[in-house]
Amino acid sequence: MSILVIAEHDNATLKASTRNTLTAALKLGSTVEVLVAGHNCQAAAQAAAVLAGVAKVKVADAASLAEGFAENLAALVVSMAAGYTHILAPATTYGKNFLPRVAALLDVAQISEISAVVDANTFIRPIYAGNALATVESSDGVKVITVRTTAFDAATDGGSAGIESVGAPADLGCTSLVGRELSVSERPELGAAKVIVSGGRGLGNGDNYQQVLAPLADKLGAALGASRAAVDAGFVPNDYQVGQTGKVVAPQLYIAIGISGAIQHLAGMKDSKVIVAINKDADAPIFQVADYGLVGDLFEVVPQLTAAL
Amino acid sequence: MSLKILVPIKRVVDYNVKVRVKADNSGVDLANVKMSMNPFDEIAVEEAVRLKEAGVAAEVVAVTCGVTACQETLRAAMAMGADRAILVETDVELQPLAVAKLLKAVCEKEQPGLVVCGKQAIDDDANQTGQMLAALQGWPQATFASKVVIADSKATVTREVDGGLETIAVTLPAVISTDLRLNEPRYATLPNIMKAKKKPLDVLAAASLGVDIAPRLATRSVNEPPKRSAGIRVGDVAQLVDKLKNEAKVI
Ligand SMILES: Cc1cc2nc3c(=O)[nH]c(=O)nc-3n(C[C@H](O)[C@H](O)[C@H](O)COP(=O)(O)OP(=O)(O)OC[C@H]3O[C@@H](n4cnc5c(N)ncnc54)[C@H](O)[C@@H]3O)c2cc1C
Ligand SMILES: Nc1ncnc2c1ncn2[C@@H]1O[C@H](COP(=O)(O)O)[C@@H](O)[C@H]1O
Repeated sequence: MSILVIAEHDNATLKASTRNTLTAALKLGSTVEVLVAGHNCQAAAQAAAVLAGVAKVKVADAASLAEGFAENLAALVVSMAAGYTHILAPATTYGKNFLPRVAALLDVAQISEISAVVDANTFIRPIYAGNALATVESSDGVKVITVRTTAFDAATDGGSAGIESVGAPADLGCTSLVGRELSVSERPELGAAKVIVSGGRGLGNGDNYQQVLAPLADKLGAALGASRAAVDAGFVPNDYQVGQTGKVVAPQLYIAIGISGAIQHLAGMKDSKVIVAINKDADAPIFQVADYGLVGDLFEVVPQLTAAL
Repeated sequence: MSLKILVPIKRVVDYNVKVRVKADNSGVDLANVKMSMNPFDEIAVEEAVRLKEAGVAAEVVAVTCGVTACQETLRAAMAMGADRAILVETDVELQPLAVAKLLKAVCEKEQPGLVVCGKQAIDDDANQTGQMLAALQGWPQATFASKVVIADSKATVTREVDGGLETIAVTLPAVISTDLRLNEPRYATLPNIMKAKKKPLDVLAAASLGVDIAPRLATRSVNEPPKRSAGIRVGDVAQLVDKLKNEAKVI
């Protein structure tokens, strides 16, 4: 019996989340296979084959899988589920989208966003915006799991697995792509960044956000993040949102600027190694989790900080 | 237009409450805690009601699965504009797969053309039920919606994804799950709260729907996350830079 990891990729390269998911899978057993489902995705399959610990890569290459739509992807995974004890995907919008369909079609629970593996049947997962950690045990025949990527190290290269083709089921034809507006940025990916500079409502508007935070992020080689309030107000796009219902991050250094520290925001960043808070309100809850707090007006302090680096 | 929209809603701990783990580690303490409609479900109700107001939908039916007290959440949905409501009543602890199965049974009775649910319940943070319902129905899904347009038996939905935005078209019937930017839910007015009291609310016993709702996951314990304690206040930028360089060694 083996464990199946479903790779997140863009056909050419693997997303970092695949590496974290693999690390979680390797805690469950030693025979871990990776499924690369996509179109013209041989390069991604090659990248999966050299990950340390992978026993085999299965590639499903079909036009119906090109856009990663949940319906076709779930049908594929269900068609090949027999023989696996665990099926894992990252708890990113990619994994969260299709994996519950797999679980429902297999008539098993999905164990969402695990942050630790206790044993092959027992997992820890955050609930209530991370204010509690539940230890849950599954009695299902196959465990269908999404993985909190920040809770597991990234698997490294060093393997040389064989690559095998698998057929894709017929296109369900119910979904079509209209368009994508993907953020293009030279900066590191939020989920994998070592340093994050994050801004909230205190920035006032999108221009301020860019003028004040971008130079600091440039100096630090950091990714930019935001609170929900900053996204709702249109300062930055939706994919900047850190929190319970946005992205969960755990960089070496998280600098929260003009962010009050609501529980929903803390849920997404409180596992960062070092937290810095800059806020003019000395009573802001963010200071309760900050390693270094600086009370002051961000419009004065942040340019000073940028200059001092 | 004859589109019927079913809106599954969940009664959860209010988002302002910071829950506490029980001393015996069996769960979180929900005694005397304020309960509200899951915020994503308010967004779902709002969207469905707007589609009705725009003449796109004919009827909005709110449904919840849970204990008797969930009736108040259904009344709240009707005060926002849902036409009627269904409580699938049970005292059993419901997990997402069980809810999806109950909702499937309701879909078979009601034959909606569209289901609009929340992307995530803020108590279990599962983010599963809508996708599971769509799979069980053999329907397409459009999760994490920030814009919905219904025309020509299709839903064109802009989705909030990790890399930005993605717009897809799905055939109806379908399940749409809401994200934060889809709309801003209205507050119920007093006259509408009064009106909601007279709207129909049907109660179905979960047991009468003939589906297996037994939990699949057993909770062994619930614990406090590691506490993060407040560090120090620095007096100025120079001190901050010094600490980051020489104490934390992160820059
Ligand atoms: C269902 C749901 C899901 C949610 N999900 C998320 C989520 O995933 N992520 C998230 O972040 N939030 C989320 N929220 C929202 C959350 O509850 C807060 O509303 C939000 O985090 C507040 O953002 P903020 O800190 O930027 O704004 P505010 O709370 O308004 O704080 C702004 C801060 O800026 C400071 N400030 C203002 N001017 C200056 C200045 N010149 N210099 C220095 N400081 C200044 C103020 O003192 C204040 O502390 C969610 C809410 C709900 C209901
Ligand atoms: N008990 C329930 N009754 C009705 N709808 C529910 C219930 N639980 C979850 N849902 C719906 O499914 C969505 C996602 O919930 P979850 O999968 O638990 O995160 C919620 O936002 C609701 O729309």
